[in-house]
Amino acid sequence: MAEVLPREVLICTIARLLDGVRHVAVGASSPIPAAGAMLLRAMKEAGGAVGPRISILGSVEHNFFTNGSAELFDCAGQGRIDAFFLGGGQIDGFGNVNLVGAGDYPRSSVRWPGSFGSAYLYFVVPRVILFREEHTPRVFVEKVDFISAPGVSPEGVFRSGGPIALLTGKGLFRFDKTRPGFELESVHPGHDLAEIKQATGFRFAHDAEPRQTALPDRATLDLLRGRVFDELAETYPEFAAQMRRDLGAVDA
Amino acid sequence: MMVLSEPRAMAKHIEPGMRVALPVDYAGVSMAMTRPIIEHGAGDLDLVCVPTGGLQVDQLVGAGLVRTVETSAVSLGEAGGAPRFNAAVKEGAVRLKDATCPAIHAGLMAAQKGSPFMPLRGLIGTDLLRHRGDWRVVDNPLADGSDPIVLIPAIKPDVTIFHVPMADRFGNVWIGRRRELAAMAYASRTVLVTVERIVEENLLADEMSAAGVLPALYVTAVARAPKGAWPYGLWGEYPPDSAEIARYAKAARTADGFSAYMAQAQMEPA
Repeated sequence: MAEVLPREVLICTIARLLDGVRHVAVGASSPIPAAGAMLLRAMKEAGGAVGPRISILGSVEHNFFTNGSAELFDCAGQGRIDAFFLGGGQIDGFGNVNLVGAGDYPRSSVRWPGSFGSAYLYFVVPRVILFREEHTPRVFVEKVDFISAPGVSPEGVFRSGGPIALLTGKGLFRFDKTRPGFELESVHPGHDLAEIKQATGFRFAHDAEPRQTALPDRATLDLLRGRVFDELAETYPEFAAQMRRDLGAVDA
Repeated sequence: MMVLSEPRAMAKHIEPGMRVALPVDYAGVSMAMTRPIIEHGAGDLDLVCVPTGGLQVDQLVGAGLVRTVETSAVSLGEAGGAPRFNAAVKEGAVRLKDATCPAIHAGLMAAQKGSPFMPLRGLIGTDLLRHRGDWRVVDNPLADGSDPIVLIPAIKPDVTIFHVPMADRFGNVWIGRRRELAAMAYASRTVLVTVERIVEENLLADEMSAAGVLPALYVTAVARAPKGAWPYGLWGEYPPDSAEIARYAKAARTADGFSAYMAQAQMEPA
């Protein structure tokens, strides 16, 4: 088995989480989610199937909207976007996301940019993947200081979308909206349950011995390191170059 | 009737207490207007970021001209947080009207149609809604059962300011596929536009260009300002100057650093 970089594990996991989507939207500075979507498209096309449509916000080549920045949201409201990614300065165990700031609003002690489209997209995009590489107790808190977008909604509130998974630098969680809460699905190579517990400020369900996150096979890695990194370089040249440098260091 | 103007003269349209709409960093920000606005000095401005803000918002806040910021986010993108905005938030020096992107678009859409509000899905259960006294939850009157939905009031800016590649000498403005610029213009009383160049031919005469034109009907004044979005980029024209944006981000970490940056000899686009 070839050596697989931690970020390659993340990209391949995202491709798996996206399987079956017709249209995925990716935020402006999200190279790993974009790479995951591009990998899924490459895998589908290699198998003779039609890959998903990918909209990368802020990109010229990967953006086919002609109605200004409102069109993405209109498109999502019409049910035409199946998957989207959200990060967050804080994410809690109920799937609530805080993109506004830490401390008491409005005079936050730390102010983050703001909620962007989350307060809408989280409600109407069926497969929202929470993605944050940094896995620490300051990100994964018991309760967020500000709800930009809630993980679940009460009965009677229109909700066709929401979180399905949380992917971090240490592991993959599934979201169960009936509890609501997260369940640890797998642990990335090099990490373990005790470490994840220590790094997570909320309680989550897990097996006594959680399995390891599945690693990509040779064919998938070849697609990723070839076609996908080429495509990625058009929009995220710095990230693609860094991945190739990291791979060079592994091979050497 | 459109007036061919220049940035300093256009800034005089801005009066204290006005509501000013500004576009997202990649749509065509008229950075060429930022210093003239600051020199003009009309304060207590209520900014509307469509739907997010960056460098221009940070500089207007840093110059002390801003009373409220209605926005879905403010940041300098890859260069990190918006330093003067973040400091003003911490000090309580600006009032925040935190929003979400489609709510800003919905408010402009309502104004465009002359309607008092636009309903919008989502939002229920967020702290955004909790802090927005102007947004209302009503029961959808067309539903059979209970169906709460949020009403976003019309956003009617006094002034909209943006930068695009070209205008013709009749005041028609080429906005291409940046349709949010049209939405802002429809909703605003006064529309100030800077352009890279002014062309002789009527942009409405050719069907290909006409589809991407904001007609002069909505345009108050146009001024020529080559590289007028710098250090932001302009679609189809030039990329952002990320080194300069990073230089600003670093300088503006302190109020003194911000003042020193802004006091430099007129910034010349690279």
